[in-house]
Amino acid sequence: MKKIYWLGLIPVLGFVIGALFSNRVTPYVLGMPFFHFWVVLWSLLTTGILGIIYKLDPANQKEDF
Amino acid sequence: MNISMFLIMLFFVVSIVIGIWSRKGKEMNLEQWSVGGRGMGTLFVFLLSAGEMYTTFTFLGASGSAYSDGGAIFSIVSYGCLATVISYWSFPAIWKYAKEHKLISQSDFFVKKYQSPYLGVLVAVVGVVACICYLVLQLKGLGYIVEATSYGVISSKIAIWIGAIGVTVFVMLSGIHGAAWTSVLKDFLILGIVVFLGVYFPIHYFGGIQPMYEAIEQAKSNFTVLPNHGMNTTWYISTVILSGIGFYMWPHSFPNIFAAKNEKALRKNAILMPLYQLILLFAFFVGFAAVLQIPGLTGSESDLILLRLSKESFDPWFVGLIGGTGVLAALVPSSMLLMVISTLLTKNIFQVFVPSTTEEQIAKIVKYLVPIITLLGLYFTFKGGNSLFGIALIAYNFITQLAPAFFFSLLKRNFVTKYGALAGILSGGVLVSIMSLGNITIGQLLPHIPQVIKDLNVGIIALFVNTIVVIAVSLMTKKISLTQLKAKAVTE
Repeated sequence: MKKIYWLGLIPVLGFVIGALFSNRVTPYVLGMPFFHFWVVLWSLLTTGILGIIYKLDPANQKEDF
Repeated sequence: MNISMFLIMLFFVVSIVIGIWSRKGKEMNLEQWSVGGRGMGTLFVFLLSAGEMYTTFTFLGASGSAYSDGGAIFSIVSYGCLATVISYWSFPAIWKYAKEHKLISQSDFFVKKYQSPYLGVLVAVVGVVACICYLVLQLKGLGYIVEATSYGVISSKIAIWIGAIGVTVFVMLSGIHGAAWTSVLKDFLILGIVVFLGVYFPIHYFGGIQPMYEAIEQAKSNFTVLPNHGMNTTWYISTVILSGIGFYMWPHSFPNIFAAKNEKALRKNAILMPLYQLILLFAFFVGFAAVLQIPGLTGSESDLILLRLSKESFDPWFVGLIGGTGVLAALVPSSMLLMVISTLLTKNIFQVFVPSTTEEQIAKIVKYLVPIITLLGLYFTFKGGNSLFGIALIAYNFITQLAPAFFFSLLKRNFVTKYGALAGILSGGVLVSIMSLGNITIGQLLPHIPQVIKDLNVGIIALFVNTIVVIAVSLMTKKISLTQLKAKAVTE
């Protein structure tokens, strides 16, 4: 197990643990209730984090054809 | 014939033509038909897996459920993202194994990993049942869309029949290639229309997204977040975990994985997928916009909310465009489902009991089963009465029962035996069926436990029992399978 893979846990925590305190209407962010904003934010972060893992993942360097 | 009906027909014909044309220059053996010869790059893998996800459900179910359930609908985006995270690792592992062993169905994967064709039969049965639920979902959606957007000229029943016949023809001829190309057209259209509607309605009726939410907050306080009872935080967390795990357990996800050219294509797919999830957000906006505009719809009526609102707000030609897109959104996933169901029935059930069937016969039977499955799907479509989100949740809970045996099989040293896998899937599946058919909640079974546990999604209880059974039975049967494996090694 490569160390960089542990990053994959961050989105899981963001969605699951985050639900415990993000379930509220105010403050509105980007026009959305806070709960909605939270889910949108973490969707974007998931892509970002997976992108970082992909860049650093040695498995992507070797198999090129 | 009115303009909207003309557009719907046009879309239908174009999609069938593309579907048939896409087989050009390819010899349609079973591997080509079902997994595209394993030669698809990032773009097509993405389109296929997105295509199966963005269906009539995106159109109708997501907006309908935002309208009736409020904040709970956001669980879809959350579990979709979690599933993607898992897929970054699980897809390449599945792909590699499938390529080595020339697998073409999900059930093949279990057969090979656990060395048990009968486990394959069970997995195939679970898959077929869940897929037929999903097919019914698509056909129902198709009927709703065409009936509404043709202003009642084409009845839902006729639309479902015509759509089903069209899709049967192109599946028989083109297999997965047809689905991939029609998906291209469909995804662009869905993207355009859902985003447009999601932006237009809040601005048109409320002057913006935030004013819309504020108006809802005033009329129905806390509607946009999770409630204290029912679909509350406990429900949300358990659903996100459950469906995140189960998301890619669908039999029709597997051929997409197998169709990839290499592992990188699959990893890139995982990176892009959460962004694609966000398209759903715009469908939610449509649903929220309707909360105050068209109040009072309940049950399966709420699935029509997007169409109702569009008809009140736009000219017929635009309604026709929505209708045409909706038709594609139903046809592409239906075609994938038909292919998968017939492959499972033929290869993983029929061939196990009639092993003398040759490969050429299999390839033929797979295709000739397609119209029969279509008829079966039609039967259930005209029979049932649940809302789209309701059917989807039941099918999800059912298919997720494959997850424990699947994830254990990815371990380097898997301790789970075929008996453990069989017993786990059976117990989880039976539990889900009893609870969802009898409409039993956990609170009814165990009235004295704390509220927090009562609100858990029933699927997660079944998944928990399933996992315990898998582990327990595996430990008990370890000896039997070891001696069997040794005996096998000796005879080989």
